[in-house]
Amino acid sequence: MFKYILKRLGYMLLALFVIVTVTFFLMRLAPGSPFASERNFPPAIEEKLNETYGLNNPWYIQYKDYLIDAATFNFGESMKYKARSTNDMIAESFPVSLTLGIEAMLIAIGMGVLLGVISALYHNKFPDYAATIIAVLGISVPSFILASVMQYFLAYKLDLFPTAGWNGFIYSILPAFAIALAHMGFIAKLTRSSMLEQSNSDYVKMARAKGLGKWKVVFKHSLRNALLPVVTYLGPLTAGVVTGSFIVEQIFAIPGLGKHFVQSITNRDYTVIMGTTVFYSIILLFTVFIVDILYSIIDPRIKLKGEKKS
Amino acid sequence: MKNKKFFLLALIAALSLVLAACGFGGDSKSGDDNKSTDDSKTDDSGSSKKELKLVVASEPPSLHPQLATDTTSGAVLNEVFEGLTRLDSDTVPQPGMAEEWEESEDGLTYTFHLRDAKWSNGDPVVAEDFIYAWTWGLDPENMSEYASILYPIKGAQAFNEGKGSVEDLGLKAEDDKTLVVTLENPTPYFLQLTAFKTMAPLNQKAVEANEDWYTDAGDDYVTNGPFKLASWKHNDSIVLEKNEDYWDAANVDLEKVSIGMVEEESTAVTQFKKGEIDFLGSPFQTVALDSIDSFKSEDKLNISDQAGVYWYKLNTTDEVMKNKNIRKALTLAINRQELINSVTKGEQKPALGMVPVAIEGFEEDRGYYKDNDIEEAKKALEAGLKELGIAKAEDLEIKISMNTSEAHAAIAQFIQEGWNKELGIKTTLDNSEWQVYLEKLNMLDYQVGRMGWIADYNDAYSFLEMYTTADNGNNDTGWENPEYKSLMEQSIKELDANKRLDLLKQAEAIGMEEFPVAPIYYYTNLYVVGDHVKNMAPDVLGNFQLKNVKLD
Repeated sequence: MFKYILKRLGYMLLALFVIVTVTFFLMRLAPGSPFASERNFPPAIEEKLNETYGLNNPWYIQYKDYLIDAATFNFGESMKYKARSTNDMIAESFPVSLTLGIEAMLIAIGMGVLLGVISALYHNKFPDYAATIIAVLGISVPSFILASVMQYFLAYKLDLFPTAGWNGFIYSILPAFAIALAHMGFIAKLTRSSMLEQSNSDYVKMARAKGLGKWKVVFKHSLRNALLPVVTYLGPLTAGVVTGSFIVEQIFAIPGLGKHFVQSITNRDYTVIMGTTVFYSIILLFTVFIVDILYSIIDPRIKLKGEKKS
Repeated sequence: MKNKKFFLLALIAALSLVLAACGFGGDSKSGDDNKSTDDSKTDDSGSSKKELKLVVASEPPSLHPQLATDTTSGAVLNEVFEGLTRLDSDTVPQPGMAEEWEESEDGLTYTFHLRDAKWSNGDPVVAEDFIYAWTWGLDPENMSEYASILYPIKGAQAFNEGKGSVEDLGLKAEDDKTLVVTLENPTPYFLQLTAFKTMAPLNQKAVEANEDWYTDAGDDYVTNGPFKLASWKHNDSIVLEKNEDYWDAANVDLEKVSIGMVEEESTAVTQFKKGEIDFLGSPFQTVALDSIDSFKSEDKLNISDQAGVYWYKLNTTDEVMKNKNIRKALTLAINRQELINSVTKGEQKPALGMVPVAIEGFEEDRGYYKDNDIEEAKKALEAGLKELGIAKAEDLEIKISMNTSEAHAAIAQFIQEGWNKELGIKTTLDNSEWQVYLEKLNMLDYQVGRMGWIADYNDAYSFLEMYTTADNGNNDTGWENPEYKSLMEQSIKELDANKRLDLLKQAEAIGMEEFPVAPIYYYTNLYVVGDHVKNMAPDVLGNFQLKNVKLD
């Protein structure tokens, strides 16, 4: 197990290195300069700006500097937001996205699994159809439409929620649902199909034959096995959801991390691009890693490589 | 099995810890704040707290007066800082930090007498604070992108470009309360500039104590304006509170201004309709294009002229566009009024010159050309084609460049159709991201490129100055004309206001014979105001003076 973790960490470092490198070159290949401005300023000042941010150096020096920055997690100051460090920007906005993301995940997993179980238990009956319709709608309606529609009806027309902002739990409900519904639908479908598979298996038939109730079998036996595909999906889901959704955060004016991914690129804010990319990669790599470890806990049949030998 | 249970328990514990740690934005203190904002009428104290609620479209990139370049930052800075003067609703300079001033006969020396005002840290505002701030802004080490606002000061440009020294700047503090400024040239709009953000004073002690004083609200953010920066949650909200020590505090009605940051236009419209915010209109978000009609039908929409112009720059170094007649044909064959009616919808004015009608002295049409003058356009096109040796108009292909945006694309498509239908010219559209587009314009890598220009001060010079020489950083067309240049140079020296106006108009006339730009429309300010808000309207430069706003 320990060996396996070490090995995985090694791979993660390698992946991170590749990501940083590719991002760096793509970023520098893209046309446009962070200091291009509507009102022109003297060339001497532009020169000075380039010098301050090290953009005058040859590419290999810049590349080296970026690698060092990435390794020390010190990405420097934003080129757009004066005197604001990239780390501060991430540190301020990530907790917001994380909170919203966890809330959305809880909704997505909770409702998704519930819907999936219901439709599997009442296979080809009304509850199945109803749950499937909800799930398919959730998957196919884009989150920005959902967000706008919820904002218009629930916040504006019915006045149940605040329109936008981030000032307390009530502000998080609409955006969390807007993020969660698509994932909920997906999880519901996953759960449903693997539950159906389980309910045809011998051990479930056996349990039913012993006289256990439908729901009891689900919670005691089959759900645990059926959740395996869901757990797989959980890794990328977590990384995607906790780092913020650009569209939903924009519509609900949430000061999250999502917008930095997009805006740093349109602003050509190199330091922030690197900072957010490295941050996102780390989270993604770690969640995938944790999911792999979770496998072995949920399903004892799966042995992690290297574990056998120890 | 036991192990696994423990693991799950630990996982749940960790999760709940994370949730508890990050919370939902409102910590207990700001949570209370919000309660009182929700029903501001029933404040604890019993008296109603006068709060104005606004939103801006983005986080202000910098709340440093000398470093800020954008209107969002400018809107906040204008409330928390105060320069020597402050503009009234007609953009006439009124006493600000300066109680009174004298201008010398030759228009080159201004003597300002400062009033007894205080910084938010208790220091008195003295003449040295202005000298310190302006020198700071001009110092090339500090990389202020807006330092050119200070160029009218003697020696400023040389110092900023690294050719001069601090000692040569025309700034002198005779005593704590007297500031003498010597200018390079008589600058009739100088007293407007002293109201501009770049010319706001800085508290030297605060700046030197903390280099990054301007990145957060707090004791280090020392200001002298009608409002104080009470809090700044990055990307979330800014709260301004009335400055009780402000010299004119008795006349400031608002006690609190909360400014949210809402990027999505339609969200801001919904917030306004629901009454969550009191005002909508640049720079406090904008009235979204698709909501204009509904606000109009409710008779809520206000429209006022703005000192800005939307124009197509014509690259005079391009193979085709170097021909004056082609440029003329393209400029004339635009149906501006129809464009305004069906596309932009904000009751903008068709631009028939380079200087907007909102600028003093330019209210009347100067008669350079007519809107949608197809006949003249066809004549010019024919002449132009002959000169270029091109047989048919169909052989001409012109590319309109713009930054990616639905609004700009719609305008370009309208003009494209007009050129195609009326002149038979093939036109293609080319869009790129803003940062890329700006570089393209600058490198003259385009044929026709859209641009907007909004004046920082109410004077025609702002619109004409950029075309004085081809290498002026804002020219972007490669065009220059010796006569134009000499007229502009004369206008700088001219002391008589009428003669100066005349010189500027002559220069504009030359520009509108040669067409380095095709003006399209003059901007308007569109805004909607909550019923209980009085006295809140932008001036022609788009400035607001929240100190004058009253709440019922």
